[in-house]
Amino acid sequence: MIFACRNVWSRKTPLNILNRKTTRFWQFSTKAVKEEKVKFPGVTESYFTDKMQFIQSVNPIPTYRVMDRQGKVLDPAQEPQVSKEFALKIYKDMITLNILDLILYEAQRQGRISFYMTNYGEEAYIGSSAGLDSQDVIFGQYREAGVLLYRGFTIDEFMNQCYSNEKDYGKGRQMPVHYGSKKLNFQTISSPLATQIPQASGAAYALKRAGNKNCVMCYFGEGAASEGDFHAALNLAATMQCPVIFFCRNNGFAISTPAFEQYKGDGVASRGIGYGINSIRVDGNDVWAVYNVTKAARQLAVEENRPVLIEAMTYRISHHSTSDDSSAYRSKEEVENWMRFDNPIVRLRRWLENKNWWNEQEDKSYRTFIRKEILKSFSKAEKLQKPSITDLFNDVYDRPTPNIIIQREKLKKLIEKYPNNYPLKIFKNEGEDL
Amino acid sequence: MTGSLLRNFVNTSTLKVLGNVGKRKALPCIPCIGTFMHKRFLATTNEHTMTVREALNEALDEELERDERVFLLGEEVAQYNGAYKVSKGLLDKFGPKRIIDTPITESGFAGLAIGAALAGLRPICEFMTFNFSMQAIDQVVNSAAKVSYMAGGTVNCPIVFRGPNGLAIGVAAQHSQDFSAWYGSIPGLKVVSPWDSEDAKGLLKAAIRDPNPVIVLENELQYGISYPVSQEVMSSDFLLPIGKAKIIREGNDITVVSHSRTLNFCMEAAEQLQAEEGISVEVINLRSIKPLDVNTIVNSVKKTNHLVSVETAFPQFGVGSEICALAMETEIFDYLDAPVERVASADVPTPYAANLERLSVPDTQVISKVIKRNLYRKK
Repeated sequence: MIFACRNVWSRKTPLNILNRKTTRFWQFSTKAVKEEKVKFPGVTESYFTDKMQFIQSVNPIPTYRVMDRQGKVLDPAQEPQVSKEFALKIYKDMITLNILDLILYEAQRQGRISFYMTNYGEEAYIGSSAGLDSQDVIFGQYREAGVLLYRGFTIDEFMNQCYSNEKDYGKGRQMPVHYGSKKLNFQTISSPLATQIPQASGAAYALKRAGNKNCVMCYFGEGAASEGDFHAALNLAATMQCPVIFFCRNNGFAISTPAFEQYKGDGVASRGIGYGINSIRVDGNDVWAVYNVTKAARQLAVEENRPVLIEAMTYRISHHSTSDDSSAYRSKEEVENWMRFDNPIVRLRRWLENKNWWNEQEDKSYRTFIRKEILKSFSKAEKLQKPSITDLFNDVYDRPTPNIIIQREKLKKLIEKYPNNYPLKIFKNEGEDL
Repeated sequence: MTGSLLRNFVNTSTLKVLGNVGKRKALPCIPCIGTFMHKRFLATTNEHTMTVREALNEALDEELERDERVFLLGEEVAQYNGAYKVSKGLLDKFGPKRIIDTPITESGFAGLAIGAALAGLRPICEFMTFNFSMQAIDQVVNSAAKVSYMAGGTVNCPIVFRGPNGLAIGVAAQHSQDFSAWYGSIPGLKVVSPWDSEDAKGLLKAAIRDPNPVIVLENELQYGISYPVSQEVMSSDFLLPIGKAKIIREGNDITVVSHSRTLNFCMEAAEQLQAEEGISVEVINLRSIKPLDVNTIVNSVKKTNHLVSVETAFPQFGVGSEICALAMETEIFDYLDAPVERVASADVPTPYAANLERLSVPDTQVISKVIKRNLYRKK
């Protein structure tokens, strides 16, 4: 595993697993005149040259992987030394996520919830959650439910948020899949794209000041990486030395926009180098590669207080969301091929089976079991009441301001005057607490 | 991102309006605004004077001292001592971990500040002017203002966004806009607009201690103006409540409501009208745009029966419009003897040429005229 960096890689990697010769990623075809160093304040290591040359291309950043598509480890030195329990937790969480997605997607189609986003094809990002500490703060985009699941968010908690019932931590103020959990250090998902990225840099700055050797993990897609906030955030994290890991899920699509229309450069990883950030590209369908990279990135971030950029290449088998039908812009065969050809769940399963840690029977029985659990939770969540009507007015500020109190009282009077027009049974406390 | 410094070639009528700016002396026949204030409106003894800049600096200093989670970030705040020298001396005193110079990216450092606030610090994010805050407005409105509500109250965002707002002199349209209406309409934000040194210190300190996101709309031309302050203001625990307006001049004939720098002209108009026509004007300093202190306005109109709102923002959809709407919706309507009038800037991008700029903005003459018209006293 090599982190691409502005300078030649010259230090030992934290995990000491580097075997290959280091390569210089900026390949100029002309030799710079080494004698005269440029003294302008804007550059640190530039030398004068009398040859004019536009830099057209550099070697594309390679993609690190541990397993091949059949789950076979390519270099035993790269295989993480994990326990059976550890590996099985990741695998089971991938299955749970998959089945949860199936059920909730259907729920949306049946009109039971208003919106949903699935994670098909990208489940291996759970490996990144496994590489973090529980006190590391996470800023997600919207397709990281598996990260939250790994940390301990229960099926009930997922359901409650999607159903916006009275047990939802968000008190019914967010669309489905906008999860948040203070106790699990997962910031509530915010819809505008890429706004979480500079916020992650800022939270990392705060963590650095707190001195507990924790970092921030920030997820986003390759489409969001076009936003201005992404560039500002990376520059700020580098200049202010913030311990933040930027994890880009490059799944090839931003709704219907394919990656080759999203950018013309070498993906997202190449941008990090421009900001002076250690960057790496990884096979995002290889859970152990993702795990290794996250662990190494975390060490860099907390030990040296610097940002790291990880670009995880994957394929979005899902539609973008329930509001999208991807057959409008890509063929069904393409999707099916990817599902068969390079499936993160299958790769991990084969790896487990090679170690005799899992088999067909256990797989079937676990799937049956978890499906039953999910359906149980599903019907439980559906039957709960909605949040109290007072929650319409709470939390706008820490304490309600006069105009909010006036609005609340107006609603109370209206409800008292026209009780038949306001069906209150559905709300917790049935309007008594207004 | 330019700062605008007061030009040495302001003409005399502009000087009259500006009063005592920096070290320039007012022309001998024109009393300076500072001394007006000195004579007229303070009830307590006033041995000390303080410029608005000094008041803000003191507020920052005291709050940084009091709570080590508080820190200041923005362009030019550290090494340069602040684009307008508001943060003078703070880097030397508190160091680069607390006073941070950022690269030029409002959306970046506003987002960064919000993230830091969500993670437990208490940032003060300075925009060189609020015109540049438009680059960061998604962060301010969609994140800072709404995060507490949308996260079910499980997190809060104790952040302060501050900087000069509204008009300067000769900086043209892109540097002169007043954003009180834009931010004032957002639930989840608190917005304050200090006028004098007492306001500046008390409101900024209250904003920093407030657990909600607060926008502090200062004014560049006010920075250099000196106001007398009472002993109370000098204390390091001097706070002003957010959401309460102040009656800075009592009167019986008409209520004039305004905020920030424009109050200088309202007060001048009030003085002139009292001296020349015997009209007794009550001037209300809003101090807070959101929450807006409607009750103070209601009680005042019950006494005077006339209401005029004055601002130098664009007329449409602004603070003046809000006051007119509130007049319809509250008891003010029952006590009015004349329609509410709003005085605002011309509905054009602020011109650069000094004479045109002057024409596009209400001044003391315009305010006096409207007051007299509202009282049916045409001249």
